[in-house]
Amino acid sequence: MNIKNLMTGAAIGVLAASGAAHADVTLNALFMAQAAYSEDDIRNMTAEFEAANPGIKVNAELVPYEALHDKIVLSQSANGYDVVLYDVIWPAEFAQYQLLEDVSARIDDKTRAGILDGAWTTVKYDGAFYGMPWIADTKFLFYNKDMLKAAGFDNPPATWEELRAQAAAIKEKGIVEHPLVWSWSQSEAAICDYTTILSGMGGEFLDADGKPAFNTGGGLKALEYMVGTLDDGLTNPNSREYLEEDVRRVFSSGQAAFALNWGYMYNLANDPAESQVAGKVGIAPAPGAEGVSKASAVNGSMGLGIPTKSANKEEAWKYIEFLTSQKVQDKFAKLSLPVWEASYSNPDVIKGQEPFVEAAKTSLAVMAPRPTMASYQEASSVLQEALQNAMLGSVTPADALNNAAEAISDMQ
Amino acid sequence: MISYRKTVTAWLLLTPMIVIIVGVSGYPLIKTIYYSLTGAKLIAPDVTSIFVGLDNYARALSSSKFLEAIWHTTYFAVISVGAEMVIGVLVALLLNEAFAGRTLLRAMLILPLALPTVVNAMMWRLIYNPDFGALNALLVQIGMLDAYRSWLGDPATALDMVILADVWKNFPLVALIALAALQTVPKDLYEAATLDGAGVWNRFWRITLPAILGPLSVALVLRTIEAFKVFDIVYVMTRGGPASSTKTVSFYVYQEAFAYMRVGSGASYALIVVLISACLIAGYMYLIRKQGEV
Repeated sequence: MNIKNLMTGAAIGVLAASGAAHADVTLNALFMAQAAYSEDDIRNMTAEFEAANPGIKVNAELVPYEALHDKIVLSQSANGYDVVLYDVIWPAEFAQYQLLEDVSARIDDKTRAGILDGAWTTVKYDGAFYGMPWIADTKFLFYNKDMLKAAGFDNPPATWEELRAQAAAIKEKGIVEHPLVWSWSQSEAAICDYTTILSGMGGEFLDADGKPAFNTGGGLKALEYMVGTLDDGLTNPNSREYLEEDVRRVFSSGQAAFALNWGYMYNLANDPAESQVAGKVGIAPAPGAEGVSKASAVNGSMGLGIPTKSANKEEAWKYIEFLTSQKVQDKFAKLSLPVWEASYSNPDVIKGQEPFVEAAKTSLAVMAPRPTMASYQEASSVLQEALQNAMLGSVTPADALNNAAEAISDMQ
Repeated sequence: MISYRKTVTAWLLLTPMIVIIVGVSGYPLIKTIYYSLTGAKLIAPDVTSIFVGLDNYARALSSSKFLEAIWHTTYFAVISVGAEMVIGVLVALLLNEAFAGRTLLRAMLILPLALPTVVNAMMWRLIYNPDFGALNALLVQIGMLDAYRSWLGDPATALDMVILADVWKNFPLVALIALAALQTVPKDLYEAATLDGAGVWNRFWRITLPAILGPLSVALVLRTIEAFKVFDIVYVMTRGGPASSTKTVSFYVYQEAFAYMRVGSGASYALIVVLISACLIAGYMYLIRKQGEV
């Protein structure tokens, strides 16, 4: 964020309000400032779009992920935005309240075939498309190569148990006090980490009848695993108040051997200007579980949609088409990998970040969804509280999850 | 005849003001009361409104989470306002004495008050940071703490830490009011009391405190109302965590109405908070009046 951008934004706003001589359209777009594309990326893409489309100006607003959902919902009555970035977990709710435009008719067959299936699930609900996928992302396991080598490990762990064993060895040798760091604050970020482990351990959020099932099997094992690493001192205890950027900071300052985070961390942790461990950072798919899975992943993709109240839907669609085009995505592929299948064989995309692309090929194929339900926000906050209670040791993992399951089935 | 005309003129002159007051606060209040009796949703509230009577209120009062939030809020209000009053008065007494640099210190008192709450909350987040926070550094360096620890991530300390940040920001208001009141206390009262053999303690209880009690109770009422609807500092510092230990009632209302979109029950929760605040204010008013009669 800098003053210049603010000034430009304000200037554009004033010009638009004064109804200048041109028939200019100003689009208000809502993005997030957290993981995936950086603010600079978004501003640069937007500048390219404006240069290619005289007459359309874009006023891009970036907010923390935590504020994104409420902003989208509240702007509905104020007629606020023309383009919004939204998370994979919201389309069920948005569809129920008709918040987003159904754009199924605007998407041609070529586009439909060219984009990864996993990415499409982000915007699809009940057979309709509520926008275009833009960010294809999941949680990866990052590791500090030097620390693994010092502890005698040549390869990153393939299973969660192996991760625990490697972390224990690293701690034992005194290489680092808390080898593991995660985003386990009372937030959606914790749900994403939990879902990742749950999926690897063969758990299910909801059973075939749509009733909560995370309190049994893999779901219970996942939370027991998380609490176990805290009890053993393997996980940094401050993880319980961290978001993604805290994880990046701790890992990049060399205070952790392993971290679970979104793909954007790979190039940032390897950037000497941003990190003290640049050049030592490895990336792998999040591990699996012996006899259950080879890798774990959560669907953390996000899409761009047009609010139903927007007065500039044509221009908004042009902007979305531009941002989600393969050309633009391939050009800005350092912090967020493209949603296009062909991009993964494009040398320009792969060059310089081969390990990231390689890990993504495995991870994006096994992404587990978080439950699709209209009351997801509330269910998630119940579960967030349950995870925190168990991680702080005030209740056992089994009790915490049983209580949450009961509360969530009452909601349904 | 003349007085009748006068009355009409007075009402005519007041009409614009009445219209504005009714429009700005009367209409939203009535609408909120109406919503609290329905199952309205945030989006298209009129379409989905179903009259549910007092169900929302019954559910609120039987919800353990809501009662927990009320408890957090009460704790926050009592401790923070209590601390602000005590510290505020002590600082005012200090700044009322003559010493070099007094003017500078008085000016500095304004600083915390001038900070926007969000900036204050971000600043304290940095101070409390578990990895590089100033609080950890200070306590470790003076030997009160063995190792850096988490302050906002521990349910045992999180709410107290938020209270500390709030007290730092708001005690100057109490101090300023008390300081202004102190300057109206006649000096000869103290001289006379000293001659009669009254000690420092006696002089404070019998002269100073009664003299500033009126203005102080205004500060008390203002701060209590503010503390009871605390939202922004919690939203920025902890967002209700860890394990919902800092979830205050305003935060709960916000979640209910804006994140879960249940405007109906959100409105009923909000009105319960208003009712509690109203009771507190009425209680204070009664006490202040009684003080005046003595």
